Amino acid sequence: MIHSNKFGFTAVVLSMILAGCSSAPTDESTDIEDTAVQTGQVGTSAIDDSAMMDAASAADTVFYFDYDKALLKPESRAALLEHAAALNSNPRSVRLEGHADERGTREYNMALGERRANAVKEFMVLQGVSAGLIEVISYGEERAASYGSNDSAWSMNRRVELK
Amino acid sequence: MCMAFLLVGPLFLALSSSAWSELVIRVTQGNDQPTIIAVAPIALNGIQIKEDIGSIVEADLKRSGLFSAIPRRDMLAFPSVASDVYYRDWRMLGTEYLVVGAMIPIGEGRYQLDFSLLNVTAKKTEFNHRVSGTKSQMRDLAHLISDKIYQEITGIRGAFSTRLAYVTANRKNGKYIYRLNVSDADGAREKLMLESPEPIMSPSWAPNGKELAYVSFETGRPAIFRQNLVTATRQQLTNFTGLNGAPSWSPDGKKMALVLSKDGNPEIYMLDLASKKFTRLTRHFAIDTEPTWMPDGKHLLFTSDRGGTPQIYKLNITSKATERLTFRGNYNARASLAPDGRTLALIHRSSDTFHVASFDLVTGRMIELTQTRLDESPTVAPNGAMLMYATKQGDRGVLAAVSLDAGVRYVLPAKSGDVREPAWSPFLR
Repeated sequence: MIHSNKFGFTAVVLSMILAGCSSAPTDESTDIEDTAVQTGQVGTSAIDDSAMMDAASAADTVFYFDYDKALLKPESRAALLEHAAALNSNPRSVRLEGHADERGTREYNMALGERRANAVKEFMVLQGVSAGLIEVISYGEERAASYGSNDSAWSMNRRVELK
Repeated sequence: MCMAFLLVGPLFLALSSSAWSELVIRVTQGNDQPTIIAVAPIALNGIQIKEDIGSIVEADLKRSGLFSAIPRRDMLAFPSVASDVYYRDWRMLGTEYLVVGAMIPIGEGRYQLDFSLLNVTAKKTEFNHRVSGTKSQMRDLAHLISDKIYQEITGIRGAFSTRLAYVTANRKNGKYIYRLNVSDADGAREKLMLESPEPIMSPSWAPNGKELAYVSFETGRPAIFRQNLVTATRQQLTNFTGLNGAPSWSPDGKKMALVLSKDGNPEIYMLDLASKKFTRLTRHFAIDTEPTWMPDGKHLLFTSDRGGTPQIYKLNITSKATERLTFRGNYNARASLAPDGRTLALIHRSSDTFHVASFDLVTGRMIELTQTRLDESPTVAPNGAMLMYATKQGDRGVLAAVSLDAGVRYVLPAKSGDVREPAWSPFLR
């Protein structure tokens, strides 16, 4: 169920056009990394690794939060302990995606989503998981899990997903 | 090492028209005592054009909320020059001002339009003006005419020739398509700038109106890009761990304020676009985000929850001194400064709804401007007359506009999908 490449951009084919190459460097482009430029498909999605799955994969992978809060709820603990134990015995890279509900401003919600994902990361690191295995990314309010502008939809959207 | 520009791919990048989500404007509230204007059809002298220039001018003026228009069906004649105008006929209709004009070909694919603004009450010509352009520029000519008339009558520079940038999101079979679009200020001539299956956020205009900065998740993570609107060349500016967000171009166009969380939590940085040097401006464990420049280029406004709730702060870029500006309510965020340099538009929560409010930096007075409940992303027109923002109508994201005195309102729902994050361009000429 969990694949290491979950960027959802496997089909990204960016062609590069080099401009202004003839003369001396005019502009040192800081941080353009070629890793962002994918020229083919990453075929991991076809790999069936279900046989490798252990107990932790059955545990919840979505953890919910209260409004404008980034505190882990008590009910998230059991599943996170299971995930931490599985990662300690069988280390692999995971991604924590933080989300917010639609209320408030988009960039503030980006920060809030990151704060939530960091709360999950810190918990797992305290359980001995190597911080280097955990990537945190926030989607803010950009990727709702539930649509609708009401309390029940909002409560489903304030979440961190472990992938 | 030469500079690499990333282009195209599944991120279908183009300047082509997209009929996907063109905006349709509906005025919901106008001024109590609008000026009554009549815009006679422009005499075309046999020239075939798609656009009805007179109707575009009329729509521009009505959308400002400061004008109401005499419908064509009520007009007794369609004069095209001042000498053909019978003022009495127009006075009987209650007309205060009349616009007449005529177009002629001047060769090489160009057309000349002479128009006049007539004061019906005083029975005199306020001004005559000549504009010219090609057939593809008829909308530009119309908006330019609107700008001239608006300025003459209200004394305020018109902003009809400006543009909007905004993001649309469509969801189909569980998949998203995000688009960054640019249109005229009236929603017409929508152009697709970027398309991606991953989120696009936070468009910000360069002060010269020729480039946009924005956040794109196309690499699987948020990154800030700048893109030239004419050539479509673009450049990735950031690629740090964590947040790369909220770009805001400095008034001189040489720097960009932005948010990075590579140090562990969101901080405001300043990027020097020529040297590519990043300078960290805030140092606090709280959320610091949504920077926007003061016109002096020496101060930033930003949102921070360092006091426990999100509030607006002012930062001196040189001394790094910060000062809290907002105190009323437990949520004030995403400030957008009006061109007067003292009126802020921001998102303010009151009794669990999120409104656009204006905040006067001098008096500290806050006024709620909207009645909608999930408002976001206010952006003030370069003439300070209106501001646009994103809100919800039912379950759909729409753009809406309100004047800074709350007297005029209109909405611009997209024909399909959610539309959000409007950014009003600077003056373009």
